[in-house]
Amino acid sequence: MDMPTPNAAVISRKTQLVARLSEILPKDAVISDVMETRAYECDGLTAYRCPPLCAVLPANTAQVAAVLKLCHEMGVPVVPRGSGTSLAGGALPTADCVILGVAKMNGVIETNYNDRYIRVQTGRTNLSVTGAVEANGFFYAPDPSSQLACAIAGNIAMNSGGAHCLKYGVTTNNLMGVTMVMMDGTVVEIGGAHLDAGGLDLLGVICGSEGQLGVVTEATLRILHKPEGARPVLMGYDNSEVAGQVVTDIIKAGVLPVAIEFMDRPCIEATEKFAQAGYPMCEALLIVEVEGSDAEIDAQLALIMDIARKHNPVELREARDADEAARIWLGRKSAFGAMGQINDYMCLDGTIPVSSLPFVLKRIGEMSKEFGLDVGNVFHAGDGNMHPLILFDANKPGDLELCEHFGAEILKLCVEVGGCLTGEHGVGIEKRDLMHVQFAPQDLEAQMAVKDVFDPKWLLNPAKVFPLDTSAPRRAA
Amino acid sequence: MTPHSETELADMITAAKGPLRITGGGTRPIGRVTGDALSTSALSGITLYEPGALTLVAQAGTRVAEIEKALAQENQRLAFEPMDHRALLGTKGTPTIGGVIATNTSGPRRIAVGAARDFMLGTRFIDGSGTIIKNGGRVMKNVTGYDLVKLLTGSYGTLGVLTEVSLKVLPAVSATLTLTLKDLDDATAIKAMSAALSSPYEVTGVAHDPRQSCTYFRLEGFPASIAYRAGELAKKLAPFGAASETKTDWTAIRDVTSFAGKSGDVWRISVKPSDAAALTAKLGADAVQYDWGGGLIWALCPAGHDLRRAMGNTAGHATLVRGTGCGPTFHPEPAPIGAITSGLRAKFDPRNILNTGIMS
Repeated sequence: MDMPTPNAAVISRKTQLVARLSEILPKDAVISDVMETRAYECDGLTAYRCPPLCAVLPANTAQVAAVLKLCHEMGVPVVPRGSGTSLAGGALPTADCVILGVAKMNGVIETNYNDRYIRVQTGRTNLSVTGAVEANGFFYAPDPSSQLACAIAGNIAMNSGGAHCLKYGVTTNNLMGVTMVMMDGTVVEIGGAHLDAGGLDLLGVICGSEGQLGVVTEATLRILHKPEGARPVLMGYDNSEVAGQVVTDIIKAGVLPVAIEFMDRPCIEATEKFAQAGYPMCEALLIVEVEGSDAEIDAQLALIMDIARKHNPVELREARDADEAARIWLGRKSAFGAMGQINDYMCLDGTIPVSSLPFVLKRIGEMSKEFGLDVGNVFHAGDGNMHPLILFDANKPGDLELCEHFGAEILKLCVEVGGCLTGEHGVGIEKRDLMHVQFAPQDLEAQMAVKDVFDPKWLLNPAKVFPLDTSAPRRAA
Repeated sequence: MTPHSETELADMITAAKGPLRITGGGTRPIGRVTGDALSTSALSGITLYEPGALTLVAQAGTRVAEIEKALAQENQRLAFEPMDHRALLGTKGTPTIGGVIATNTSGPRRIAVGAARDFMLGTRFIDGSGTIIKNGGRVMKNVTGYDLVKLLTGSYGTLGVLTEVSLKVLPAVSATLTLTLKDLDDATAIKAMSAALSSPYEVTGVAHDPRQSCTYFRLEGFPASIAYRAGELAKKLAPFGAASETKTDWTAIRDVTSFAGKSGDVWRISVKPSDAAALTAKLGADAVQYDWGGGLIWALCPAGHDLRRAMGNTAGHATLVRGTGCGPTFHPEPAPIGAITSGLRAKFDPRNILNTGIMS
């Protein structure tokens, strides 16, 4: 993975840049010491690191605007950063950039239960948005696995999903409005507490633009009343094709579970060793969760269990109480940690049409042998979002590259069967150079044209999303 | 011009010497557009339907009725409940899916499940230079690159002509039940609707018709489930009166048929629900109807009425759906947003030929 050569002229002006940033920000909000900037050298994709020129931690929209205006004037690239949990390298710095962290901006601005929205500063963590409204029985629906740590700013940048999006949608379906600062310092308000943009759906294109169109400082988010209850059921099958058919049959039966999770044998084995959740040893394990009142859950689960039984499960377990529900989820929620105990891993997130699941799993198994690297699969089965975890040894020379090669082959396969490179993590640097696999040159050109409008000088997070050779003329201009 | 293939359509746009007026089924004319008519109605057909994956792909000119029929056979539906504008606008013709998406047309269920744009998974379109572009795909979770799918949805053909759309569909429901409250004033009705929407009972339609003095609450699902939820919801609504089960025509609410054939301009206003009653009181409308728990106001106003002046500083937007009105069809945008919008139009339609001026 390459990054562009840093701009030496920008680096040479570091002293001047830091001085001017210090004029517009409180002293402790500018971090320029070489040791301290290392805290920002990577995000959740830890294989790649590069300390930034400096980092700033503004406290409000006006300070963000002042920083961007200055960087725009001085021609300094800016990499926005939420909590730094990106698995795609979305917040990876370049040596000539300013990291703009929104961590200090974590307040709740307004909560409105009658109109069902909350307005927050975007440094607030995903889980603490729900935390602010749960005493009143409400929640914020998108629930990425990193929700304890990840910031709303990053959720908006990556259009984050989660396990429950089959019913509730992803970030873009729950985002009503933003305050955004453009690279030249202009502050724009888009959307708000009312529904559906009147003009072009700018909110729709900003969400998921990976911090390349502007820095979102405040967001209006839809909040929902919590369901009366939720309960999962666990099923095990001897064959992933059958498990795939069960998922299809459930969906076709007219039930819409809030979550359908899938784990394959390598993943089950690893999590059992790690978390002892009592999972059956089988080829495919499904966790299906439904919501409603007790009686409604009973009725939906009865239908789901009927479908499950028809396909001869090796195990079928309904949670009778909260403890059993927690045990069913325990293994799934420990899956990443469990794989991490075995070795370093790379987590992919390509999405495939649900019907291609058995074929894709078979091919991944074959490729695993070819590459000599183990892989376990966790999968949001209802929406086709895969999470193959490839194990490698970061200390073994060449293993990371081999793993990346294997990962790229899996993602190409996802595209081949009608899916996409990334379902919820974003492109970042990780999938950047694979964009050609999914998009023709004119498709990428149309996307880059949008960035041209929002950020004509290509200063915001410029080395991400688009293959470097494709974006080179714009970045150089 | 009625091209029969995507390439033919692209060639026509490339060869165009002047403005083009883009239409699907021609049932939702809006704004003042001139130019040669270019219809997508011959680009028709469902190209992929996987009920088990809740996914349907269709060419833009496919009739909505054809899609709904195919979905019904698998007990599925377009959950965002696209409105049929024909009665309200007095138009003929046949609605197409491309028209629904180009105008981001939704119905009462929008408040519960999202708008048309929330069900768009992917699209193919031709920009103003005649280039064929694809974005998104046919899978439910996809963050690969910028979401031009959302940008194109509701862009009224000004950024490109849609040739294919890929949609998320949902299971249909086996039963529907409507509870109705009578004789509430607008402000109280909105409080009742907010109470219903702030409950766990999954209300999928909340509308108020002041002329009928009726406030409607729709529940959908398995019969036992909606019977239970209706009981609980009625308890929650008790402070507002005794809710009774009524036969309610949600298609009529969706299509605002009560304004059909009545003279005057029709406005569609999106606001925060709790602002709606106060706003309506100062609109000077002949009639109003509330949907989306009060967040959507349909207003029948005297011709030429300056509704935006009446709106004042209330946050939201008003669109002139029928009539000559006063001022632009779409809500004027603040300068920085207007600059972004014109910038995008200049990129996607550099010759300014696609539905020129429709969104101003």
